[in-house]
Amino acid sequence: MHYYSFSLGPRTSSLDPEFIMEQIVFYILAAVVVIATLFAVTERHPVHAIVYLASSFFGLAAIFYLLLAPLAAVFEVIIYAGAIMVLFLFVIMMLDLGHPEKVKRPAFRDWWPAVVLSLVIFASLAVLAGLPLSGTPAVPAQIDIRGFATVLFRNYGVAVEIISLQLLFALVGALYLGRRR
Amino acid sequence: MIVPLSHVLFLSGILFSLGLLCLLVWRSNIIMMLIGIEIMLNAAILVFVGGSAAWGNADGQVFALFIIAMTSAEVSLALALVVYLHRRKKTVDSDQFRELGE
Repeated sequence: MHYYSFSLGPRTSSLDPEFIMEQIVFYILAAVVVIATLFAVTERHPVHAIVYLASSFFGLAAIFYLLLAPLAAVFEVIIYAGAIMVLFLFVIMMLDLGHPEKVKRPAFRDWWPAVVLSLVIFASLAVLAGLPLSGTPAVPAQIDIRGFATVLFRNYGVAVEIISLQLLFALVGALYLGRRR
Repeated sequence: MIVPLSHVLFLSGILFSLGLLCLLVWRSNIIMMLIGIEIMLNAAILVFVGGSAAWGNADGQVFALFIIAMTSAEVSLALALVVYLHRRKKTVDSDQFRELGE
């Protein structure tokens, strides 16, 4: 079911061994990401959950690299796995939350809304699976950092300004909340 | 694109539902709720990057960058809030935070 069965770069056949290899690596990484996220969600110890989540993000970064987005992969590793997960670990260790015996298990009445909404998502995925996707898009080219920067600053310059203002507000808010009084 | 776009959407949907499960099941633990939000935002980033790869358009990667920047702002504020609340009540159980003011 290759609806988008075009290839990239010098590869012209989808039966190219390198192509099949990349596909296999994609599915292995997808399994790694899902299993690591599952362990992170069901873990009671917050530090273990963070470590599982970091490994999930590394797998996701490799998937981004396979999807021809090396810049997004690098940002994922540096910002997510590097900065945000370390921030989580820092807060967990500073507040001394690494005691799984103090964490109370979620009761059954906490489960059913999540299960119902997940069933809705899986039903829509099943609909998506049954739907034949038609129309082959144009053959994409690898987006290099020059094209990325052109789109970023030419089309979305205002959004860059807004994001930088938002980061400034977050900095001020975190300083305000974190001061001792 | 090495795999069909629908497979990327499947992976993203599974990740999103896992994040939703984490957010809704661990409603009593603020740290686990934040982890669920992170997982859901990653699923959204995966959809953007997959669309960018399918159509050869850089806009998806630009929006992935925006989501990552937005998430870093959100997480820094949320964790500062967690530290503040823990200083007040000595717990991260969200059931304990039911009144405004001191």
